[in-house]
Formats: sequence, structure tokens, C-alpha cells
Amino acid sequence: MTKVSMTVNGKAVSADVDPRTLLVHFIRDNLRLTGTHVGCDTSQCGACVVHVDGQAVKSCTTLAVTVDGSSVTTIEGLAQGGKLHPMQEAFRENHGLQCGFCTPGMIMSAVDIVNRKGAGLDEATIRHELEGNICRCTGYHNIVKAIGDGAAAMGGQKAAAE
Amino acid sequence: MTDQGIGAPVRRKEDFRFITGQGRYVDDINRPGQAHAYFLRSPHAHAKIKSIDLSAANAAPGVVAIFTGDDIAADKVGGLICGWAIFNKDGSPMRAGPHPALAQGKVRYVGDHVAVVIADTLAQARDAAELINVDYDVLPAVADMAAARKAGAVAVHDEAPNNQFYDWELGDKAGTDAAFAKAKHVTRLDIVNNRLIPNAMEPRAAVGEYDQGTDGLTLYTTSQNPHVARLVLSAFIGLAPEHKFRVIAPDVGGGFGSKIFIYAEETVCVWAARKVNRPVKWTADRTESFLSDAHGRDHVTHAELATDENGKITALRVSTKANMGAYLSTFASSVPTYLYAPLLSGQYNIPAIYAEVEAVYTNTAPVDAYRGAGRPEATFVVERLIEVAARELGKDPAEFRRANFVTQFPHQTPVIMAYDVGDYDASLTKAQQMHDVAGFAARKAASASKGKLRGLGYSAYIEACGIAPSAAVGSLGAGVGLWESAEVRVNPIGTVEILTGSHSHGQGHETTFAQLVSSRLGIPIDNVSIVHGDTDKVQMGMGTYGSRSGAVGMAAISKALDKIEAKAKKVASHVLEASEGDIEFKDGKFTVKGTDKAADFGSIALQAYIAHKFNGQELEPGLKESAFWDPTNFTFPAGVHICELEIDPATGVVTIERWTAVDDFGNVINPLIVEGQVHGGIAQGVGQALLEGAVYDADGQLITASYMDYTMPRAQDLPSYNVGMTITPCPSNPLGIKGCGEAGAIASPPAVINAITNALGHENITMPATPEKVWRAAQSSSHKQAAE
Repeated sequence: MTKVSMTVNGKAVSADVDPRTLLVHFIRDNLRLTGTHVGCDTSQCGACVVHVDGQAVKSCTTLAVTVDGSSVTTIEGLAQGGKLHPMQEAFRENHGLQCGFCTPGMIMSAVDIVNRKGAGLDEATIRHELEGNICRCTGYHNIVKAIGDGAAAMGGQKAAAE
Repeated sequence: MTDQGIGAPVRRKEDFRFITGQGRYVDDINRPGQAHAYFLRSPHAHAKIKSIDLSAANAAPGVVAIFTGDDIAADKVGGLICGWAIFNKDGSPMRAGPHPALAQGKVRYVGDHVAVVIADTLAQARDAAELINVDYDVLPAVADMAAARKAGAVAVHDEAPNNQFYDWELGDKAGTDAAFAKAKHVTRLDIVNNRLIPNAMEPRAAVGEYDQGTDGLTLYTTSQNPHVARLVLSAFIGLAPEHKFRVIAPDVGGGFGSKIFIYAEETVCVWAARKVNRPVKWTADRTESFLSDAHGRDHVTHAELATDENGKITALRVSTKANMGAYLSTFASSVPTYLYAPLLSGQYNIPAIYAEVEAVYTNTAPVDAYRGAGRPEATFVVERLIEVAARELGKDPAEFRRANFVTQFPHQTPVIMAYDVGDYDASLTKAQQMHDVAGFAARKAASASKGKLRGLGYSAYIEACGIAPSAAVGSLGAGVGLWESAEVRVNPIGTVEILTGSHSHGQGHETTFAQLVSSRLGIPIDNVSIVHGDTDKVQMGMGTYGSRSGAVGMAAISKALDKIEAKAKKVASHVLEASEGDIEFKDGKFTVKGTDKAADFGSIALQAYIAHKFNGQELEPGLKESAFWDPTNFTFPAGVHICELEIDPATGVVTIERWTAVDDFGNVINPLIVEGQVHGGIAQGVGQALLEGAVYDADGQLITASYMDYTMPRAQDLPSYNVGMTITPCPSNPLGIKGCGEAGAIASPPAVINAITNALGHENITMPATPEKVWRAAQSSSHKQAAE
């Protein structure tokens, strides 16, 4: 067993884990944060995306021990002070989800896209950047709309703060 | 309240939990003391099991128990069933082989279940499984239908010596042959409907639990129909009687048909939970999903269309081979028969139709219903044939369709179905306008100037949903009735719980069903909760598939609401001191005709429970009603999709430039949700047409068993969709609904292939039309064009 410590959604956590424990299983099984999902085990579908030190990471192919000391944000940590993140709002407003299974990873990736690419995203950029996230329900139409709207809202929020 | 009622694009009530990571799927459920199951699967497509040595595995750390087919047999656990009886042309029954939950003596496909290891942790179960020593006698495998039907081929099941599971027919053979003999023109087409793997994003999962104190079993499972699962596991597989068996399907992450069926894994988990007296949990990894979820489609068809001198269709003749895989999944037998051939008339007036279908066992995963189930296969045959016939006859494909549309309703086809209502001309015209078909020639010229080939393809589909009148499907061989049940519980403060046998796994029932209640009772949707997916809560149900939750599930709720209204009027007559016949109910208010006396719904609900204003012997206290709805007919959603695409002849890459869908789903409860269903359906159909295909090698190894090998449609592969509607309300249910869940997947593949063949100028392309295939086809097109 190996000791692993990190900050998850602002809370310090540590545990003794089997060294082969994947980050997604640490989050789901040890912390019981089940919003992060396993869809494919091969880094393809993106249902497991979380943020590690501010960057999107596929937690199904990341060993928990490799993020020791890091700060991790999961879908449960995205809403702040009881208020939904603008990207969460945009997914609901645009009917950007159906079964909801890919949704947490989609939203975490979407926030990361805006963080990297800025708030003014065109459709082609969004579709290209979603390469690592698979949805079987929506045909992506409303996800693409949601990310465009969510990006604009994030941009507005940032501008207001500055 | 109209802003939340029927027809309003209400944002979904269920979304909050999903966007905040608080959905509760089966894999999120952990029970105290639970152990983990891992299935040892066959690495061979076909082999005899000579022996299984468990000694090393049993001694491995954390192992609780290991079970094989012998243990299943010793406990007399019944085999998995196929619930629809099909009869051969000669009247004899289909030739079904056994389907044990764990293999007994023989494995028949790669992924077949050989043993289950139950251990304290999943890692320990996996590690122990590696220590199991199975001695196989490997047999030759038949990996596709051609190999399976070859003379002398090895039999997958002794019951079907030449691998023919059934040989079935529908329609008037002599009449159809006679029409062909008189035809002015005959169009012939060989068609492969490629095999697909459903790939709901949530892998299948199960947690079985046994309560020794009550001798009760509980199964948490990724199911579209928990009551059907309980019925099968109780009555046929024999694990426990229904009153001691609870099946819960909580949030389910997509189904598309693949979660209708009762599989080996959940059967074994719940059986083993009693054996080891601990909860037993299993979750598929993605490769297990590829290997063992029921696959879809996989037809090989020869089809012929006869036309007369006026360009009128006179007959259709179809011969199809359908792959069943190695075992019969729950509804496998019905998909290429009664869900397929009765749709072969399409939107067209075809006087004579004959279809024959041969179902074939192969050493591959079982094949069953996948989004559309038989109807996409039928639509692909009809819409490709119509398109090619129009081209051969030198007619505009849209006008050729229009000239042959059914225009009088009701319309009895030669293949069972009685179309009740529709306006096919209206949806074609609207689609052409929305798409700007008139501007296609200019767009094609612009593409040509860039060295690109541009094509436009139509698909005018019809499907049969709302399955189905129980007596009708019973006469066709179904083992179950296909009604739906609902219960409406009004609480004393006027809030409402709807218990439904439908199951939502992405469809948004918590919103749309609440919209119906809001419209009927005049209360906000937040005052309505929808309860589903638990056999201990909901009395009975048939579940969600075949686009039936609106047309059948909501019809049952509507019927129960009728009873609520009638009972509430009785209560109101006492409260308002008027005769029952004078009570009117509208917009959530009870009034007395011709007076200003009024009471709102909530106050009448309270009075129903207080029971002070009436004699409890003459009128029962309380406000709770239930209903079963058995449909009187199938429903017939129909529409027109137009695909316009551009091909780069240098690379073979196909880019969809414009997609227009005009669908007639009857009345619409929530346009936002309906459009979302259309989008998702189109994406799956485009996936079939351009990207997806299950590939087995000649030895029966699945080559496409991960997302690195099986091409799922991603955001970049797909366009935005232009979705419109026409409405002819369905006359056979109280809400006028037809169903919208499968239409996109049914309509879209022929639209894509018709567009590609239109661009290429020849018909030589098969699905999936990958860049390599399209590049090769484009080369022969350009040679052809150069030679001309």
C-alpha cells in the first residue's frame, strides 16, 4: 500500500492505496464522489475527465499516486457557493445532455477548452476540441451550442470580475 | 400554467443532478459487505470445454467463490430466453439451442461466459481469474453467415444442424411473382446492413443482493425494463418468485435497445449473491461491452422493385439473411421478422410485397434490437431501392417518391400494417423548402470548382412505434403483452406522484410526464414527481423501447388522470354543494356551472383525504388511481430527411454539409426534447453509414473491441441539424402521440448513402462508407467520367 495525499474540491484528503489504484477509482471508491464516470478505460471517451492543477486529465488512465500533492477538481466541485458554474447552466439551458453519463466529463472538458482557447469559440473549434469526449445520445448538436453559450458566459463573468 | 404544459420547451427537471455529478447509476451503488464479480470469458469463438481447473484460483487472495456452468446446472438455474416464437415457412417452430448463463460443455463466441470469480475486490477477482486453467478443444468457427450456411459447416447448436435458425416468410409470393412477370422495369439491389455495437456510454452493470431474513433478492441493474427483467428472472430463470424479488433500474446511462435484454451477468450476480450471502457487484469494462452486449443489424439482402410503364411501383420482393449470433438474445427472433418485413411498404402504395428471411447462427455475439430494430434495415432496403429505381428510370428521386406515396388513410399494406394517418407530401415539401433543394445545383457547381463532388440524398421513412396491441403481437408470436401501466397518487396538499412502468434512460420522462400532469391538473411541474425503475414501487410495467413511452406510457398516465378527474369531481360536488354533473374542471379549478363557486385542485385533494364533507361509505376517501393502457394500433411516425454532402476525391473524406429533417411525430409534448431525440438518432444513423462496423476475423475474434478500433461518431464527424416538423395527430391514443426516439436512426443511413451515390454517379458503395471505400469508389467515378 502507498500513501497518497491531494486536495480534492478544496478539501485535503489522503489514504493508503494499492499502488495500481487509478485516480478515477480513488475519487469514486475512496472519496465516494461518483460524478466522475468510467466509460471506456482507454482515454477515448472522456467520461472520466477531471481537472488536475487546473488542466483537464483523463482520470481512468492516471494512477492516483502520480497526482500526489496536486489539486484536483471534479464535477462535484465546479459549482461555487451553491451557484452553478456557467457551463453547467449552459448545458441545462441548451438541453446539452440526455442520459447524463458523459455529461460530467463533457462539462469538465468544456471548461478546460475555454480556459485554453478563450471565450470566443466558433463551432469548428468546439467540435475539434471535443475530440476526446464521446456522447451517444445527443448527436453533439446541443452540446456544441451549450459550450458556445457557456464559453460566452464565462467570458462575461471574467470581464465583470476585471 | 401553459408555459409548463404540453407543447412547451421546458428545461429538464432531471438535469440538475446530472450536471452536478449527482446522478445515481448502478456502478455508483455500493452495498455493505459487497464482493466483486469478474467473468472469465472464452478467448475462442467455438470450443469444447474439456476441463476447468480452479485449484490455484480458489487459493488466491480474497477469493470468495468461483462458479462455472456446472454450478448453474446443479442449482437448476434456467437458461436465458428468447421471448418471441417464430415459425418456419413449413409451420415448424424455430430451431433454438440452449443459452445457459455460464457455458456448459461448450463456448460459442469470443466473450462467452466460462466462469465467474467473486472476490473481496475487483483486482483480486481479476487476478484469480488469470489462475483458472481451462482446457479447450478448439473447434472450427463460423464467423459470418456465408461460412455458417456453407455445406458441411460446423453447427453452432446441434438443434440447428445447418445453422439455420428459421426460414420465415411474409406476404403473397405468387401474387408478387406475377406482378414482377408483368413489370415494365425491375430494379435489383444487393444490400449489406452492417453490424453495429450499441455502445451506450454507461457500460452494463449489476449488483445482486440477498436478504436472508426475508429470503428476498434485490437486483440493481442497467435495464430499460426492470419489470420485464424481474418477470424473466423469476418465471423463466427461476431465481425467486416475483413477490420476493425486487429489481431496481436507477439512473441508466443510455440504452438504445441494448439494455432491454436479460443477460448472463445480472442473472449470475443475483444468483451468486444468495450462494455467497453477500452482495455481488459487476460492472462491464468497455471491451466486455463490445464483446457481450447484444449487437445490432447485420443483414444481407437481395431486393427487387417492379414498376409499370407509368412509373408506378407494382411489387417489392425481398430476400434477407439475418445474423443471430451464437445465442438467441431476449427479442432476437422478432427483429428481422415482425419488426422488419411489415415496414417494407415504406410510405408507398405497393400492391404486392413478399419477403423471406433466413436467420442464421454464427460464432459471434448475440444480435438483437438496436435503436430502430428492424425498421432501419427495412427503411434502408426501401429507400435505396426507390432511389436507384428513380435514377434508372431517369426520374427525379423526390418526384418519383411523391408519385408513389400513400395519400389515402387508413391504408392497409400487403404486409400486416394499417397506416392510420399521415401526410407524406407535406413533409417532403417542407423538407425541400427548408433544405433549399432548389439551390443544390449552384452549390454542386461551387463544389466542383474546388475539385469536390457534391451529392444530395433523400430518405422518406416510416416506422411502427407504440408497440403494441397485446392481442396483435400475441397472434404474431410475442410471449408478453405490450401495454403500459401507471398510477397517479395525489397527496393531501395537492402535489402528485406518477408511478410509471416506462423507464427513462435519457428520454427526459421526469419532465415530459410532469408536463402532461401540469396540463391536466393545472399544477406546476415542480409539484409533480415521476417514480420509475423500481418493481417495489411501481406495480407493473413493460418498459421503454420502440419509442413507446409517449404513445403507450403517457397514454396510461392520461387514462389514470381521467379517473383522478372523475373522482375529484365527486369530491368537489360535495365541497361546493352542487350536483356532480354541474362540476367543471379547467386550468386547475373546479367550478359549478352557472355560478361563481370555485375550488382549486389542491383544496379538493385535501378534502378528499380529510373526508369531512362526504359520507366515507358512499364515496371512498383519498385520491389515487391506476390504469393499464393497451394500444389499439401501432403508431406510424414518418418523415423526410435530406442529406447533402461533399466528397474530397483525393482523400475519400465525406463531409456532411447540410442535414434537414422533417418528421411527423403527431402531437409533441416538449419540442426541445423531441429535437434532441432526432439529433441523437441522426448521429447514430450517420455513424452506421460512415463510421461504424463490427468486424470479426475468420476465426471469430472481434477486431473492433475498443474505441481505438470501433469508430464512434465524434463531434467533428457530424454537422448541425436543421429539424422541422409536420403534425398529423395519432388517432389511436388520447394524446395524439406517435413516438420520436428512433426516427433519426431509421431515416438517416439511406439518406447518406443516397447522397454519396448521387455524388459519385454510381451505386457501388457499402456501409460504413469509410474514406478508403469512398476514395476507391471516387477513383472509378473519375475514370468513368474521364472515359465519357
